[in-house]
Amino acid sequence: MLISLFITCYNDAMFPQTGRAVVAVLERLGHTVEFRPAQTCCGQMHFNSGYRKDAASLMRHFVETYHDAEVVCCPSSSCVAMIREYYPELAAASGDAELIRRTESLVSRVYEFSELLVDKLKVTDVGAFYPHTVTLHTSCHALRALHVGDRPAQLLRNVRGLTLVELANADRCCGFGGTFAVKNADVSAAMLSEKVHCILETQAEACTGGDNSCLIHLGGALNRQRTGVKTLHLAEILASTESGDPTS
Amino acid sequence: MSVRVGQAAQAPDFPKAARELVANSQMRHNVRHATDVIQAKRGRVVAEMPDWEQLRTSAKAIKDHTLRHLDSYLEQFEESCTRAGGKVHWARDADEANRIIVDLIRSYGQDEVIKVKTMTSDETQLNVALEAEGITPYETDLADLIVQLGEDKPSHIVVPALHRNRLEIREIFLKKMNLESLGYQPEDLTTAARTYLREKFLRVTVGLSGANYAVAETGTVCVVESEGNGRMCISLPEVLISLVGIEKVIPRMQDLEVFLQLLPRSATGERMNPYNSLWTGVSPGDGPKAFHVVLLDNGRTKVLADEAARETLDCIRCGACLNTCPVYRQTGGHAYGSIYAGPIGAILSPQLQGMEHSRSLPFASSLCGACYEVCPVKINIPRILIHLRSKIVESGGAPLLERLAMKSAAFAMADDGRLGAAHALARLGQLPFLHDGMLKDLPGPLSAWSSFRDLVPLPAESFREWWSKREKGERS
Repeated sequence: MLISLFITCYNDAMFPQTGRAVVAVLERLGHTVEFRPAQTCCGQMHFNSGYRKDAASLMRHFVETYHDAEVVCCPSSSCVAMIREYYPELAAASGDAELIRRTESLVSRVYEFSELLVDKLKVTDVGAFYPHTVTLHTSCHALRALHVGDRPAQLLRNVRGLTLVELANADRCCGFGGTFAVKNADVSAAMLSEKVHCILETQAEACTGGDNSCLIHLGGALNRQRTGVKTLHLAEILASTESGDPTS
Repeated sequence: MSVRVGQAAQAPDFPKAARELVANSQMRHNVRHATDVIQAKRGRVVAEMPDWEQLRTSAKAIKDHTLRHLDSYLEQFEESCTRAGGKVHWARDADEANRIIVDLIRSYGQDEVIKVKTMTSDETQLNVALEAEGITPYETDLADLIVQLGEDKPSHIVVPALHRNRLEIREIFLKKMNLESLGYQPEDLTTAARTYLREKFLRVTVGLSGANYAVAETGTVCVVESEGNGRMCISLPEVLISLVGIEKVIPRMQDLEVFLQLLPRSATGERMNPYNSLWTGVSPGDGPKAFHVVLLDNGRTKVLADEAARETLDCIRCGACLNTCPVYRQTGGHAYGSIYAGPIGAILSPQLQGMEHSRSLPFASSLCGACYEVCPVKINIPRILIHLRSKIVESGGAPLLERLAMKSAAFAMADDGRLGAAHALARLGQLPFLHDGMLKDLPGPLSAWSSFRDLVPLPAESFREWWSKREKGERS
């Protein structure tokens, strides 16, 4: 299958290793990955912060970039949630019939990484090896907007050598929330400290998830507090094999 | 018109109020404990309902239908209530409602009133207005009594004194009820409240209630509660006044079937409220001899006019969104600067009172969606929060630095050439803040990030640069 990678703006700039891992996993499964350099950002930050017009321009840019893609894969649940929940209404508000048609048709072809593997490609064992104790933080968007359910956990359970430890209060927000983390820093930090406490309780070596946005937040505190617990994207674990990490 | 939603003329800045509250360990402990207990109970009684989702869908449909025809249902309610011997008064705003109630109490020659289950009267600051006119209000709902005696503010829609623990309540009772001694057990506290309140119930001849529902076809008003103090308030006095927000009307008695299942399970985790009181007008020889309903707008028609946010008025005040909210969990209700706290307060208060009153409230959410998930009438609170944020931004209400940052980001994201340049610029700009492989002590508003967390820096090569090199490598 030809899979078009939407890396997302922040993964492109800050987490290229996540993108390389997605490419490694999909190619290992025998698929072809393409990257359209015209891609930029889904517009979520602008939309959620109230900058609707800017978000609408970014939505148009996304749809124009991917309208003829067969399948789009995105390693960020919150960006996929933005596309699924709000693109149709943003397109409708434009009154542009062609944009509305393209958006409606495209939205159903955009998959979050774990959805793509489990639902579209029907794989739960990607042949990964990662001999570590890991806990899973499912983002609020993955949980409540995409309803990913146990897809990420299914994928992790099939990783050889990996011990998956359950996180307490896993459905509670880590306090990131985009600009919320800066605008309401004290409340965000209070939420974060509860989440960090739960992560430390698991005794895991690493905390993984499908959203590097939450992981920046968690990792920022885990590092500041010298916990020694690392954060890494689900794709990076799935890309690891006995012969090492192909992305490094 | 002067619309008010509680004590403050202007809500405090949420982040500032929250900063003080998150440092209050007693309050945080109380809120965490109480919301955990209620949430666990709610979870159990919701899980045992096979048709919970259908009930939510029905409730939503009834509310949406009612709001679309609110004008005719309100008139129908007035007709039915009047036919049954009640009198309906219309109040455009808080001041008008308070004036009507003061005049009614005066017209019966009274200077005391017993109150129950009327958050709407907190919205209009009725007690302040009553006291200014020499009328003494007595709160009779146990939690409201604790708040009133403690000269405190309610912090939760259903459990107004949720931020207080047993020892704090004992202190308040001991001092304000002029008791010589008082035990520490819940029974001791409820006995003290009972003795204090019984005397009021038997003496005061005017009662004031709120309403959970007002049934248009019969003119019936419904109040649900746990203590029975409400039952006293609506049945013992000579005169009963009910202050009712116009969104409380429902078309038919039969619709209560849906709401009386949803509300107790969502609010307190009970299968049924211990007391469900319904009354229709006046019944000679039974209960109050005179019954008045004050129908209050106070900004509600303004909410109704905004199609994107109208469903805010569907709210049945169950408080489930507060109990599940990770933000409320940390701050309690007082950070919201309004009688309506938590996620529903963050969308309701700014709409009722105007954005300028509480501009920071729509941003007091991480948009995690937990509120929407538990809402018994399926109010999409995150969507409305975003809608209100865009109204604030479009009216020029966002801080200048933020606007500049958002505009710059939108400019950089417009095409991939600009994006590449922005990456290069950011890599250069981050250098002064790079320590031991992490960004620390960031400048300006970003310091709010780095005071609590480190930040990973941009690596030397973006994904697109890696891809471009790989493609060239593959081709050569």
